[in-house]
Amino acid sequence: MRRTLVFLSVLGVVLASCGDTGGSGTTSTPPPGSTSDSAAQESTTTAGAPVDDLIVYSGRNENFVSPVVDAFTEATGIEVSVRYGDGTSDLAATLLNEGDTTDADVFWAQDPAWIGVIGDEGLLADLGTDILELVSDAYRDADGRWVGITARSRVLVYNPDLVSEDELPQSVSELTQPEWNGRLGIAPGNASFIAFVSAMELVEGPESTLAWLEGIASNGVRTYDGNGAIVDAVIAGDLDAGLVNHYYLLQRMADQGEVSARNHFFAPGDTGALVMATGAGVLAPSDNQEAANEFIRHLLSSESQEHFSATLFEYGLIDGAPTPEGQLPLSELAGPDINLSDLADHLDTSVDLIAQAGLS
Amino acid sequence: MIAPAGVFPVKEMPREGRRTASPLLWSLGMAAVVPAATPIGYLIWTVVRPGGFDAGGFSAERLLGLLAATTLLTATVTVTTAVLGLATAWITTRTDLPGARIWSTLVTLPLVIPSYVGAMTMLAASGNNGMISQVLGALGLPTLPVFQGFWAAWAALSLWNFSFVHLLTVPVLRRLDPALEEASRGLGAGRWRTVGSIVLPQLRPALASSSLLVALYVISEFGAVSMLRYETFTRAIYTQFGGRPDPTPALFLAGLLVIGALFVVLVQQRARGKVALYSNRPSRSVTTVRLGRWGRAGAVGFLGALVTLALAIPMATLAWWAVRGLALGNSPLSVLPHAMRSLSVSAVAAIVIVVAAIPVSILAVRFPGKRSRALESTAWLTYSLPHLAIGLGFLVLSVRIARPIYQTLVLLVIAYLAMFLPQAMASLEAGLRRIGPHLEEASRSLGVGGWPTLRRVTIPLIRRSVLAGAALVFLSVMKELPATLLLRPTEFDTLAVRIWGATSELFYTQASFASLTLIAVSFVPLYLFVARDLHQ
Repeated sequence: MRRTLVFLSVLGVVLASCGDTGGSGTTSTPPPGSTSDSAAQESTTTAGAPVDDLIVYSGRNENFVSPVVDAFTEATGIEVSVRYGDGTSDLAATLLNEGDTTDADVFWAQDPAWIGVIGDEGLLADLGTDILELVSDAYRDADGRWVGITARSRVLVYNPDLVSEDELPQSVSELTQPEWNGRLGIAPGNASFIAFVSAMELVEGPESTLAWLEGIASNGVRTYDGNGAIVDAVIAGDLDAGLVNHYYLLQRMADQGEVSARNHFFAPGDTGALVMATGAGVLAPSDNQEAANEFIRHLLSSESQEHFSATLFEYGLIDGAPTPEGQLPLSELAGPDINLSDLADHLDTSVDLIAQAGLS
Repeated sequence: MIAPAGVFPVKEMPREGRRTASPLLWSLGMAAVVPAATPIGYLIWTVVRPGGFDAGGFSAERLLGLLAATTLLTATVTVTTAVLGLATAWITTRTDLPGARIWSTLVTLPLVIPSYVGAMTMLAASGNNGMISQVLGALGLPTLPVFQGFWAAWAALSLWNFSFVHLLTVPVLRRLDPALEEASRGLGAGRWRTVGSIVLPQLRPALASSSLLVALYVISEFGAVSMLRYETFTRAIYTQFGGRPDPTPALFLAGLLVIGALFVVLVQQRARGKVALYSNRPSRSVTTVRLGRWGRAGAVGFLGALVTLALAIPMATLAWWAVRGLALGNSPLSVLPHAMRSLSVSAVAAIVIVVAAIPVSILAVRFPGKRSRALESTAWLTYSLPHLAIGLGFLVLSVRIARPIYQTLVLLVIAYLAMFLPQAMASLEAGLRRIGPHLEEASRSLGVGGWPTLRRVTIPLIRRSVLAGAALVFLSVMKELPATLLLRPTEFDTLAVRIWGATSELFYTQASFASLTLIAVSFVPLYLFVARDLHQ
């Protein structure tokens, strides 16, 4: 029993030292001189004041978000708590359930369809024109409820040892051809893939979208957990090519140097060349509208936009935002002629189609 | 009062007029199972609503295919873990293998490796670029194919779950009364017949409990199976959850899964047997089998191979990533706050859950009947549900009817109680079955009340089972991800959350720091309360 007692008392100490949940691990340590107890006390009191504390639901990864959040707090003095999700959909589900009672002030989504769902639910406040006009109208909500922060393009990532240049398809429709049998990878549960299927539905209608999905299914398509797994399989030569977003390969190259994989952009106008915005909006129930708008302005500041381009390798969306190294400029990318705000309505049917084709 | 032979075959069916459980015990037992019943209630409510029958575009053939894939994986992993766990338990308790205790500790350690971390290291080791392939390539040997599909999922889930069987069967094997086996041999039965008619029946309850833990875990598993590209029913449920705003199809599919799990639970309750075998501490220790030189070599080879595959390779891979990260100037200290959060919430949950399991286990073992079986089954059914479905159920309900606890640790611990109660129950029930009711009945007959008897007789007798149950729950909470993500207080990011965040973007260095910390923190209670006690 003594061991149990020792364990419990250690536990008590740990619990006491944990105290309040504040701090995401990236926040600063208490200033020298102050005991940790009083520091915790202090941060609780500041957190208790609703005016200053901003709550951001982020579908984006902590590694990309936390530097930008820290810079915001440093510049404005506004403390930010970030709730990270596993992608965007679980946070969207959280928001849909919280509805008007949500504590969140900002929703920062990885995907235009999901933020559209939240907007269509009436949960997003209208953004001011000063924010909306920072970004071209192709990358923001038609009704002004969310604004694009960055853009990413769908591409075909391929291993040049396994796929020759003249084999590269101009359109995703070619991927149902016999020469691609067993060579293609997709991530059917990934939000970007689903958004791409929704775009195809908008352009070509559900029948021909289902036919395409069934076409790649019967052509021995290999399904993966996510985009990262596809890019790694292609780099390793375990897979010839895969449909992913453009930046995964660039992140790998930043980490590992030169790797044996390339991004191939589909022909302008093809569904496979879809360019998607990652968007942010202010929650309508938030009683902290001003700070929330300030945060979105911060995401569209040139410092933040440069950070996204340099570390995420996504395209910034404000005038003069830099093009990620080694990529075509955003102006030369042309996806299918659709409105990103229309994707939200098609998530349910797209997931149905993917399941009907036996891919999920 | 206690017969010298250690085993009492007792018909478990209650006779007329036998003492019944007090209303207080029933209330406590039911209260403990309320959280587990909550997600099931939510599922039923969703499915019976108009429009609730929505399979989300899946054809019947596809659903049957996924069900068959899940069944195949569940059956093969359950059988494999039973064989491996029984083998390790037998070798480390019943033979003269040198260092048996150390081996026994080593084979429990794979439990600290989350299966998604294990899968991640399997993928990193295999394939053209894999670490093992690079070593093989340098030696001029052909490289390994990518570990993926059925065989990879089977191997991963078997390697990281067989220790459940080991843990629950070792105490039984250690307490078998040698007199029974000797009597069987003396009456002319051969060694195998003795094993079949004397040893296995005594192992049946422990084997049934641990197999149920494994089987229902496999049914609910998502992370490793998905990374290793094996398509199961649960993976389809997650795809539906993640893909669309309407949760109905995912919940409908989860409802189908629960029906399958119910079948498994009923099979287990049958397999457990109606005969309860209570054994007191045998008068002398069990006979040991003398392994010859070849027997020893075989045993060491078998245990060594298991430990290498389940423990050494994943740890080496993580250590390699960590060293590489350190060389690049990354600081492992960044995961300290995450470790504190994981440690505190897991410890609190472990204590709460093991305490809640006590009344349920007493009801199940001492007062068998329809009502106690229903309580038990409810807890077990929830154990088979995908954690995302459980998390969503609690999210939906707490937002609407329990807003003050929404996104607090209270809600998180309640959800863990719903998810992991059966682990504590399995351990406690094994303990209760071993000691038998005689001492408790003696205490009651001497005029001691029910509550003091529980406190002064029962709990001290099953102290080790209580600690082992708490440790198992602690490990599971440390590793839990999907429900934690949905329900945690904002910014309460645990080690598992950190690992997932890092691996989803393939930041291996960060993932390795967090994984190694999780393994180190998990090791302490496993060693102190479980592994060290096993052979005392």
